Amino acid sequence: MSATPADPSTEPAPQLPRLGPVGTVRFVWRQLTSMRTALFLLMLLAVAAVPGSVLPQRGVNPGQVTAYFQTHPGTAPWIDRLGGFDVYASVWFSAIYLLLFVSLVGCVLPRTRQHLRAMRSQPPAAPRRFERMPAHREVEVDASPDEVLRAARAVLGSRRYRVRADGSELSAERGYLRETGNLVFHLALLGLLLAVAAGHLLGWRGDVVVAVGDQFSNTSVAYNSLNAGPWVDVSALPPFQLDLDRLDVAFEQRGPQQGQPRDFRATVTSRAAPGAASQRSVVEVNHPLQVDGASVFLLGNGYAPVITVRDAKGTELYSAATPFLNQDGNYTSVGVVKVVGAARQIGLQGLFLPTVAFSDGRLPVSVFPDLKNPALALTPFVGDLGLSSGQPQSVFVLDTAKMQRLQGRDGKPVRLLMAPGDTAQLPDGLGSVTFDRVERYAGFSVRHDPGRVWALASAIAAMVGLGLSLFVPRRRVFVRARPVESRDGSPRTVVETAALARGEDTGLDDELDRLIAALRPQRHTTLEEAPA
Amino acid sequence: MSVNENLATTANYLLYGSMASYTVAFLGFTLDLAGGAARAERVALASAPQRELAAVGAQGPLRDDAPTAPPVVPPARRKAAGIGVSLTLLAVLLHVAAVAVRGVATQRPPWGNMYEFATAGSAVVALVFVATLRWRDLRYLGTFVIGPVLLMLGLAVTVLYTRAGQLVPSLKSVWLAIHVSVAFISSALFTIAFSLTVLYLVQERRERSGAAKRSFMDALPRARELDLASYRLHAVAFPLWTFTLVAGAIWAENAWGRYWGWDPKEVWTFVIWVVYAGYLHARATRGWQGRKAATLALAGYGCILFNFLVVNIFFVGFHSYAGVS
Ligand code: HEM
Repeated sequence: MSATPADPSTEPAPQLPRLGPVGTVRFVWRQLTSMRTALFLLMLLAVAAVPGSVLPQRGVNPGQVTAYFQTHPGTAPWIDRLGGFDVYASVWFSAIYLLLFVSLVGCVLPRTRQHLRAMRSQPPAAPRRFERMPAHREVEVDASPDEVLRAARAVLGSRRYRVRADGSELSAERGYLRETGNLVFHLALLGLLLAVAAGHLLGWRGDVVVAVGDQFSNTSVAYNSLNAGPWVDVSALPPFQLDLDRLDVAFEQRGPQQGQPRDFRATVTSRAAPGAASQRSVVEVNHPLQVDGASVFLLGNGYAPVITVRDAKGTELYSAATPFLNQDGNYTSVGVVKVVGAARQIGLQGLFLPTVAFSDGRLPVSVFPDLKNPALALTPFVGDLGLSSGQPQSVFVLDTAKMQRLQGRDGKPVRLLMAPGDTAQLPDGLGSVTFDRVERYAGFSVRHDPGRVWALASAIAAMVGLGLSLFVPRRRVFVRARPVESRDGSPRTVVETAALARGEDTGLDDELDRLIAALRPQRHTTLEEAPA
Repeated sequence: MSVNENLATTANYLLYGSMASYTVAFLGFTLDLAGGAARAERVALASAPQRELAAVGAQGPLRDDAPTAPPVVPPARRKAAGIGVSLTLLAVLLHVAAVAVRGVATQRPPWGNMYEFATAGSAVVALVFVATLRWRDLRYLGTFVIGPVLLMLGLAVTVLYTRAGQLVPSLKSVWLAIHVSVAFISSALFTIAFSLTVLYLVQERRERSGAAKRSFMDALPRARELDLASYRLHAVAFPLWTFTLVAGAIWAENAWGRYWGWDPKEVWTFVIWVVYAGYLHARATRGWQGRKAATLALAGYGCILFNFLVVNIFFVGFHSYAGVS
């Protein structure tokens, strides 16, 4: 790293390594921490990030990855082996950014040391030849050398230069904040990486569906899916509770965007722990709820038909608001009911349509997402639901491997089509199914990320540092005053000034002009005044 | 919260008006450039006697190696450029009005789908250009700024057009307004910087080969100045893009519960950021200054275009709100 501010290539010229292990290590380290390597790794990082935007990613949408395996059975396993479906967790992607950050540390630490030293020391002595500098001026004035130097010192000091006097010379430097900002920027990027890592290791995130009127307790079993970092104890999640009191949903009723969602709003009552003081709040799409160190986000909504199944004697076997997952913009939703209390287990495979429309010969479809004409279509199965196998099962999928479809007297499979309030009898004396009413449910995502605040703090620090690094001019100015005798014999002073800067700086000439104007209250003879 | 259809139609007419005005301005700037070659010739002829005059006027010896001042272009001669500027001003007025009226018609910030991104974004490009004209004579850039603006508007009204409507809930956020408007300003600066970079590369090539052929490029500043100007714009655009990235992450955190999820749109915002970081780095890396660094700037702008035109439409993700069918 050159200490000259004007030298923009802040790397030492490559040196041939001495033989031997120490020399080799030093050589590799120097290469790794060079600007050229940093640039190469940056470009590599950009290129490596691209495949993840083209191929479906498990972390973003696992369903699409499964679909990709089905449509590309030949290539998908190979892509998978190369990490193509987990690009941002792949070995090669991690290797690139880890190397980049090793390079960054190796680059920034020595620079920090150097910068701290520079901030404590005087500006370097003036060079012998000013003409070599990017900007330089020479004028002759009436004042004595001492007066000139004193005036120059005052001007430079008022322009926030640190000034060093050396006989008939001054050297001055300003803009240490530029380098400080640059270092802060790079270190903040490191902080950002650590904050993201902390979030992955110590954070967790769960998705859960809660019907209106139901309660959710924050335990790992209550979630439909839970992703926790390796250092999280999932049996000790914060014990808060949430009641979903209301869910208001609005859709565009008319116009070209009819049916588009317009507003979702969940009204909830939360408690930090069972029995603790409760608090009512509203959760909206862009307004999460903070409770007990976790954030609760409203991400989705749908319909939960309240379905009751009774046996032939009228005993209730099942009665619950059953969330159905919506499949399209018109909320055509699918869901299942699993009834285990009966002698033969019953499964109901269902299709819920908030605004049903029939087209002959085909399945009914939904034509609007709101509840204008709700209908529930159910296909009953009997047999073994497969719940005793010990395998975890999704509550949205019916495993029909060991079940049969129920058949009516005509031998055709039974299909029930019901409106709210309807009750239908199941054949074979199995009992009845009632579609009581429809509730809405909210899809909540609950998240705890201890790195979040640090990530934001690092990002802000990086932006501040970047601003300083790009916009604070770092300049050195040199002044030399030399007595001469003018043609008429009176004593005069030749003032030589020069300036140089770090990075691109178009203000050097102006800086010298300003300085000279201050040294020369009225216009005097110009010896030479060409911008270099 | 319904849409005022009359106002929405008015907005469309205002936009057509601005396009017409831009077109004439574009022609004006192009004519000016075409006339630039002839002008440069006049300047070359005129500068010889000027130098002698200067030597007489100066009191000290005039050093031969002192660089001559950049050629002074006679100001009164650029009528076509003047027309370009006036009509650009008119066009920008109409354009901004069109965007504002669309906002009033829909009662929300008018950048909720790709059509609105393109119209509002190009308005910012033109505004930034007009604003810089106040303190720098960048009229030679007119063709290269108004051209892309016209292209963007043409694309908007033909391919991307979406009727005025309301937003899906995840787009209702103050962060939308902040994130998107800063992204616009940043992209606008990147656009102008891109034009300058292209001009730099052409000019640099001509200077290197000592091109004797007269062309409109003679009317432009020298390669070194074009390069510096492009760097300065990049240096302003990059922090703004950084802010866009951070504001987008904050918005994503509020809306979806994660500040970063490697959604295609996020991936490309990141890629753009890294490429431009590479450009700034390259300018400080030995052996990479000049043309090589400029190539990275071009690559960065290629990513911006790809992000807007390809990712928005073809890559589905959380951000699939292009509104184009
Ligand atoms: C995470 C990767 C990195 C990113 C995103 C990054 C980004 C940037 C950016 C945007 C700048 C321009 C701002 C300015 O001029 O002050 C910059 C400057 C700089 N970076 Fe990095 N950088 C990274 C890694 C590194 C590494 C590994 C090194 C050391 C080899 C390094 C050394 C420098 C130096 C010396 C400058 C100042 C250049 C000048 O004086 O103009 N950076 N960096």
